[in-house]
Amino acid sequence: MSQADLSIHGLVSRSTENEIMTAPTFSVPAKKMAMWLFIIADTATFAGCLVAYGFIRTYTPNWPRPFHSITNVALMTFILLTSSLTMLIGVQSARKGDKSGAFRWVAITAVLGVLFAVLHLREWMGMIAEGATLFHNPWGTPLFSSLFFSITGLHLLHVSGGVVALIAVGIRYQGGRYNADDIEITGLYWHFVDLVWMFVVPLVYLLNLSH
Amino acid sequence: MTTAEAHKDSGIAQDLIVYVFLLILAAIQFVIAYQDISTSQMFERMLVVAIIEAGLALLFFMHLNENRGLRWFVVGFTVAVLLGLQYGWTDAHRLVNGVPWAK
Repeated sequence: MSQADLSIHGLVSRSTENEIMTAPTFSVPAKKMAMWLFIIADTATFAGCLVAYGFIRTYTPNWPRPFHSITNVALMTFILLTSSLTMLIGVQSARKGDKSGAFRWVAITAVLGVLFAVLHLREWMGMIAEGATLFHNPWGTPLFSSLFFSITGLHLLHVSGGVVALIAVGIRYQGGRYNADDIEITGLYWHFVDLVWMFVVPLVYLLNLSH
Repeated sequence: MTTAEAHKDSGIAQDLIVYVFLLILAAIQFVIAYQDISTSQMFERMLVVAIIEAGLALLFFMHLNENRGLRWFVVGFTVAVLLGLQYGWTDAHRLVNGVPWAK
Protein backbone atom coordinates (compact mmCIF):
# COMPACT_ATOMS: atom_id res chain seq x y z
CA MET A 1 0.00 0.00 0.00
CA SER A 2 1.41 3.38 -0.98
CA GLN A 3 1.78 6.33 1.38
CA ALA A 4 -1.05 8.08 -0.44
CA ASP A 5 -3.30 5.06 0.20
CA LEU A 6 -2.22 5.03 3.83
CA SER A 7 -3.09 8.72 4.03
CA ILE A 8 -6.58 8.05 2.72
CA HIS A 9 -7.07 5.44 5.43
CA GLY A 10 -5.71 7.84 8.10
CA LEU A 11 -2.60 5.76 8.73
CA VAL A 12 -0.03 8.53 8.19
CA SER A 13 0.29 11.81 10.01
CA ARG A 14 -0.98 15.12 8.63
CA SER A 15 2.60 16.46 8.28
CA THR A 16 3.67 13.43 6.20
CA GLU A 17 0.56 13.88 4.09
CA ASN A 18 1.47 17.53 3.49
CA GLU A 19 4.98 16.50 2.47
CA ILE A 20 3.53 14.06 -0.06
CA MET A 21 1.11 16.64 -1.43
CA THR A 22 3.71 19.43 -1.70
CA ALA A 23 6.67 17.40 -3.03
CA PRO A 24 7.78 19.31 -6.13
CA THR A 25 7.77 17.51 -9.48
CA PHE A 26 11.31 16.41 -10.43
CA SER A 27 12.48 18.25 -7.27
CA VAL A 28 11.92 21.50 -9.17
CA PRO A 29 10.12 24.40 -7.42
CA ALA A 30 6.68 25.23 -8.82
CA LYS A 31 7.73 28.58 -10.34
CA LYS A 32 10.66 27.01 -12.18
CA MET A 33 8.51 24.10 -13.36
CA ALA A 34 5.94 26.59 -14.66
CA MET A 35 8.70 28.29 -16.68
CA TRP A 36 9.80 24.92 -18.10
CA LEU A 37 6.20 24.12 -19.10
CA PHE A 38 5.94 27.55 -20.76
CA ILE A 39 9.22 26.89 -22.60
CA ILE A 40 7.96 23.51 -23.85
CA ALA A 41 4.71 25.11 -25.04
CA ASP A 42 6.59 27.96 -26.70
CA THR A 43 8.92 25.45 -28.37
CA ALA A 44 5.83 23.95 -30.00
CA THR A 45 4.77 27.44 -31.16
CA PHE A 46 8.12 28.23 -32.79
CA ALA A 47 8.48 24.69 -34.13
CA GLY A 48 5.02 25.00 -35.71
CA CYS A 49 6.04 28.29 -37.38
CA LEU A 50 9.37 26.92 -38.62
CA VAL A 51 7.88 23.63 -39.87
CA ALA A 52 5.15 25.59 -41.71
CA TYR A 53 7.90 27.78 -43.16
CA GLY A 54 9.67 24.58 -44.27
CA PHE A 55 6.51 23.27 -46.01
CA ILE A 56 5.94 26.54 -47.86
CA ARG A 57 9.58 27.07 -48.78
CA THR A 58 9.92 23.51 -50.11
CA TYR A 59 6.78 23.64 -52.23
CA THR A 60 7.10 27.21 -53.56
CA PRO A 61 9.00 27.39 -56.85
CA ASN A 62 11.60 30.15 -57.29
CA TRP A 63 11.87 30.91 -53.59
CA PRO A 64 13.61 34.31 -53.24
CA ARG A 65 17.07 34.67 -51.74
CA PRO A 66 17.18 38.39 -50.93
CA PHE A 67 19.98 38.51 -48.35
CA HIS A 68 23.34 39.70 -49.68
CA SER A 69 25.24 40.23 -46.44
CA ILE A 70 25.54 38.25 -43.21
CA THR A 71 27.15 41.08 -41.25
CA ASN A 72 23.99 42.25 -39.49
CA VAL A 73 22.67 38.79 -38.64
CA ALA A 74 26.15 37.68 -37.49
CA LEU A 75 26.36 40.71 -35.20
CA MET A 76 22.84 40.02 -33.86
CA THR A 77 23.81 36.38 -33.18
CA PHE A 78 26.98 37.45 -31.38
CA ILE A 79 25.04 39.94 -29.23
CA LEU A 80 22.36 37.41 -28.28
CA LEU A 81 24.89 34.68 -27.42
CA THR A 82 26.90 37.17 -25.37
CA SER A 83 23.72 38.23 -23.56
CA SER A 84 23.25 34.60 -22.48
CA LEU A 85 26.74 34.65 -20.97
CA THR A 86 26.07 37.92 -19.11
CA MET A 87 22.80 36.41 -17.85
CA LEU A 88 24.71 33.39 -16.52
CA ILE A 89 27.13 35.69 -14.70
CA GLY A 90 24.13 37.56 -13.27
CA VAL A 91 22.61 34.30 -12.00
CA GLN A 92 25.93 33.27 -10.43
CA SER A 93 26.22 36.66 -8.74
CA ALA A 94 22.68 36.25 -7.39
CA ARG A 95 23.55 32.78 -6.06
CA LYS A 96 26.47 34.29 -4.17
CA GLY A 97 24.18 36.95 -2.72
CA ASP A 98 25.93 39.76 -4.62
CA LYS A 99 22.82 41.89 -5.24
CA SER A 100 24.50 44.84 -6.94
CA GLY A 101 26.61 42.52 -9.11
CA ALA A 102 23.57 40.46 -10.12
CA PHE A 103 21.58 43.60 -10.93
CA ARG A 104 24.48 45.01 -12.96
CA TRP A 105 24.84 41.83 -15.10
CA VAL A 106 21.08 41.50 -15.56
CA ALA A 107 21.00 45.16 -16.66
CA ILE A 108 23.85 44.50 -19.12
CA THR A 109 21.83 41.55 -20.47
CA ALA A 110 18.82 43.83 -20.92
CA VAL A 111 20.95 46.43 -22.73
CA LEU A 112 22.26 43.72 -25.09
CA GLY A 113 18.64 42.67 -25.66
CA VAL A 114 17.74 46.26 -26.57
CA LEU A 115 20.74 46.43 -28.91
CA PHE A 116 19.60 43.21 -30.59
CA ALA A 117 16.09 44.63 -31.03
CA VAL A 118 17.46 47.89 -32.49
CA LEU A 119 19.59 45.99 -35.03
CA HIS A 120 16.57 43.84 -35.87
CA LEU A 121 14.34 46.87 -36.40
CA ARG A 122 17.05 48.55 -38.50
CA GLU A 123 17.12 45.47 -40.73
CA TRP A 124 13.33 45.49 -40.97
CA MET A 125 13.33 49.18 -41.93
CA GLY A 126 15.86 48.47 -44.67
CA MET A 127 13.67 45.70 -46.08
CA ILE A 128 10.51 47.82 -45.82
CA ALA A 129 12.34 50.64 -47.65
CA GLU A 130 13.02 48.17 -50.47
CA GLY A 131 9.28 47.47 -50.72
CA ALA A 132 8.90 44.36 -48.55
CA THR A 133 5.81 44.29 -46.35
CA LEU A 134 3.77 41.57 -44.68
CA PHE A 135 1.78 41.09 -47.91
CA HIS A 136 4.21 42.26 -50.60
CA ASN A 137 7.63 41.07 -51.62
CA PRO A 138 9.66 42.83 -54.35
CA TRP A 139 11.86 39.74 -54.86
CA GLY A 140 9.11 37.23 -55.72
CA THR A 141 6.45 35.36 -53.82
CA PRO A 142 4.81 37.46 -51.06
CA LEU A 143 4.89 34.33 -48.88
CA PHE A 144 8.56 35.05 -48.20
CA SER A 145 7.84 38.44 -46.60
CA SER A 146 4.84 37.10 -44.70
CA LEU A 147 6.90 34.30 -43.19
CA PHE A 148 10.01 36.39 -42.61
CA PHE A 149 8.20 39.17 -40.74
CA SER A 150 5.98 36.70 -38.84
CA ILE A 151 8.78 34.44 -37.59
CA THR A 152 11.34 37.15 -36.85
CA GLY A 153 8.53 39.32 -35.43
CA LEU A 154 7.47 36.56 -33.05
CA HIS A 155 11.07 36.20 -31.93
CA LEU A 156 11.48 39.96 -31.56
CA LEU A 157 8.33 40.02 -29.44
CA HIS A 158 9.91 37.41 -27.17
CA VAL A 159 13.14 39.43 -26.93
CA SER A 160 11.18 42.60 -26.08
CA GLY A 161 9.16 40.75 -23.44
CA GLY A 162 12.39 39.31 -22.07
CA VAL A 163 13.96 42.76 -21.76
CA VAL A 164 10.93 44.02 -19.81
CA ALA A 165 11.05 40.91 -17.58
CA LEU A 166 14.80 41.30 -16.96
CA ILE A 167 14.38 44.94 -15.92
CA ALA A 168 11.36 44.23 -13.70
CA VAL A 169 12.87 41.17 -12.00
CA GLY A 170 16.28 42.86 -11.65
CA ILE A 171 14.78 45.89 -9.91
CA ARG A 172 12.63 43.77 -7.61
CA TYR A 173 15.59 41.50 -6.80
CA GLN A 174 17.70 44.48 -5.84
CA GLY A 175 14.82 45.82 -3.78
CA GLY A 176 14.61 42.51 -1.89
CA ARG A 177 11.21 41.46 -3.16
CA TYR A 178 12.58 38.67 -5.40
CA ASN A 179 15.33 36.15 -4.70
CA ALA A 180 18.06 34.40 -6.69
CA ASP A 181 15.59 31.77 -7.94
CA ASP A 182 13.58 34.48 -9.70
CA ILE A 183 16.71 35.72 -11.46
CA GLU A 184 17.48 32.14 -12.50
CA ILE A 185 13.93 31.55 -13.81
CA THR A 186 14.09 34.76 -15.87
CA GLY A 187 17.46 33.56 -17.12
CA LEU A 188 15.85 30.30 -18.28
CA TYR A 189 13.46 32.31 -20.45
CA TRP A 190 16.31 34.43 -21.82
CA HIS A 191 18.37 31.35 -22.76
CA PHE A 192 15.30 29.93 -24.50
CA VAL A 193 15.01 33.08 -26.63
CA ASP A 194 18.69 32.61 -27.52
CA LEU A 195 18.08 28.92 -28.32
CA VAL A 196 15.23 29.74 -30.71
CA TRP A 197 17.49 32.20 -32.55
CA MET A 198 19.93 29.32 -33.23
CA PHE A 199 17.22 27.78 -35.45
CA VAL A 200 15.82 31.02 -36.91
CA VAL A 201 19.22 32.17 -38.25
CA PRO A 202 20.01 29.14 -40.46
CA LEU A 203 16.45 28.51 -41.61
CA VAL A 204 15.22 32.05 -42.24
CA TYR A 205 18.44 33.93 -43.02
CA LEU A 206 21.29 31.67 -44.13
CA LEU A 207 19.22 29.41 -46.41
CA ASN A 208 17.99 32.58 -48.16
CA LEU A 209 21.42 34.04 -48.77
CA SER A 210 22.13 35.00 -52.38
CA HIS A 211 25.46 33.70 -53.65
CA MET B 1 18.84 26.78 0.53
CA THR B 2 17.31 28.05 -2.69
CA THR B 3 17.48 25.96 -5.86
CA ALA B 4 19.83 28.54 -7.29
CA GLU B 5 22.21 27.93 -4.39
CA ALA B 6 21.74 24.19 -4.70
CA HIS B 7 23.25 24.14 -8.19
CA LYS B 8 26.71 22.76 -8.59
CA ASP B 9 29.11 25.66 -8.32
CA SER B 10 30.91 24.99 -11.59
CA GLY B 11 32.02 28.61 -11.83
CA ILE B 12 32.17 30.86 -14.83
CA ALA B 13 34.95 28.85 -16.53
CA GLN B 14 32.57 26.15 -17.78
CA ASP B 15 30.08 28.75 -18.98
CA LEU B 16 32.81 30.57 -20.86
CA ILE B 17 33.93 27.35 -22.58
CA VAL B 18 30.34 26.56 -23.63
CA TYR B 19 29.92 30.17 -24.83
CA VAL B 20 33.06 29.90 -27.00
CA PHE B 21 31.83 26.54 -28.37
CA LEU B 22 28.47 28.14 -29.23
CA LEU B 23 30.22 31.01 -31.03
CA ILE B 24 32.30 28.49 -33.01
CA LEU B 25 29.20 26.45 -33.91
CA ALA B 26 27.38 29.63 -34.98
CA ALA B 27 30.39 30.53 -37.14
CA ILE B 28 30.26 27.03 -38.70
CA GLN B 29 26.65 27.68 -39.70
CA PHE B 30 27.75 30.85 -41.51
CA VAL B 31 30.55 28.93 -43.25
CA ILE B 32 28.05 26.25 -44.36
CA ALA B 33 25.90 29.02 -45.87
CA TYR B 34 28.74 29.81 -48.32
CA GLN B 35 29.46 26.17 -49.28
CA ASP B 36 28.75 25.14 -52.85
CA ILE B 37 26.18 22.47 -51.98
CA SER B 38 22.47 21.89 -52.60
CA THR B 39 19.85 23.59 -50.40
CA SER B 40 18.80 20.25 -48.86
CA GLN B 41 22.41 19.39 -47.95
CA MET B 42 22.86 22.88 -46.53
CA PHE B 43 19.65 22.52 -44.52
CA GLU B 44 20.73 19.15 -43.11
CA ARG B 45 24.17 20.40 -42.06
CA MET B 46 22.83 23.61 -40.52
CA LEU B 47 20.12 21.70 -38.66
CA VAL B 48 22.66 19.29 -37.17
CA VAL B 49 24.79 22.22 -35.97
CA ALA B 50 21.69 24.01 -34.58
CA ILE B 51 20.65 20.88 -32.66
CA ILE B 52 24.13 20.58 -31.14
CA GLU B 53 23.99 24.30 -30.19
CA ALA B 54 20.55 23.84 -28.63
CA GLY B 55 21.76 20.77 -26.73
CA LEU B 56 24.70 22.67 -25.26
CA ALA B 57 22.48 25.60 -24.29
CA LEU B 58 19.91 23.30 -22.68
CA LEU B 59 22.45 21.23 -20.75
CA PHE B 60 24.80 23.95 -19.54
CA PHE B 61 23.10 27.34 -19.80
CA MET B 62 19.70 26.06 -18.69
CA HIS B 63 21.25 23.50 -16.29
CA LEU B 64 19.32 20.47 -17.53
CA ASN B 65 22.47 18.39 -16.90
CA GLU B 66 21.81 18.80 -13.17
CA ASN B 67 18.35 17.20 -13.09
CA ARG B 68 17.98 13.87 -14.86
CA GLY B 69 14.21 13.55 -14.40
CA LEU B 70 13.50 17.05 -15.71
CA ARG B 71 15.93 16.50 -18.59
CA TRP B 72 14.07 13.41 -19.83
CA PHE B 73 10.70 15.11 -19.31
CA VAL B 74 11.67 18.20 -21.32
CA VAL B 75 13.54 16.35 -24.07
CA GLY B 76 10.94 13.56 -24.35
CA PHE B 77 8.00 15.93 -24.46
CA THR B 78 9.65 18.31 -26.93
CA VAL B 79 10.81 15.52 -29.27
CA ALA B 80 7.31 14.02 -29.23
CA VAL B 81 5.81 17.40 -30.21
CA LEU B 82 8.41 17.94 -32.95
CA LEU B 83 7.87 14.44 -34.35
CA GLY B 84 4.11 15.04 -34.27
CA LEU B 85 4.58 18.16 -36.37
CA GLN B 86 6.36 16.12 -39.04
CA TYR B 87 3.03 14.47 -39.89
CA GLY B 88 2.31 17.67 -41.80
CA TRP B 89 5.04 16.87 -44.35
CA THR B 90 3.10 13.93 -45.77
CA ASP B 91 -0.06 16.02 -45.87
CA ALA B 92 1.72 18.91 -47.59
CA HIS B 93 3.16 16.47 -50.14
CA ARG B 94 -0.35 15.08 -50.76
CA LEU B 95 -1.78 18.57 -51.27
CA VAL B 96 0.92 19.55 -53.76
CA ASN B 97 1.48 16.29 -55.63
CA GLY B 98 -1.73 14.35 -55.10
CA VAL B 99 -1.69 10.95 -53.46
CA PRO B 100 0.21 8.59 -55.79
CA TRP B 101 0.04 5.71 -53.27
CA ALA B 102 -3.77 5.86 -53.36
CA LYS B 103 -4.02 5.35 -57.13
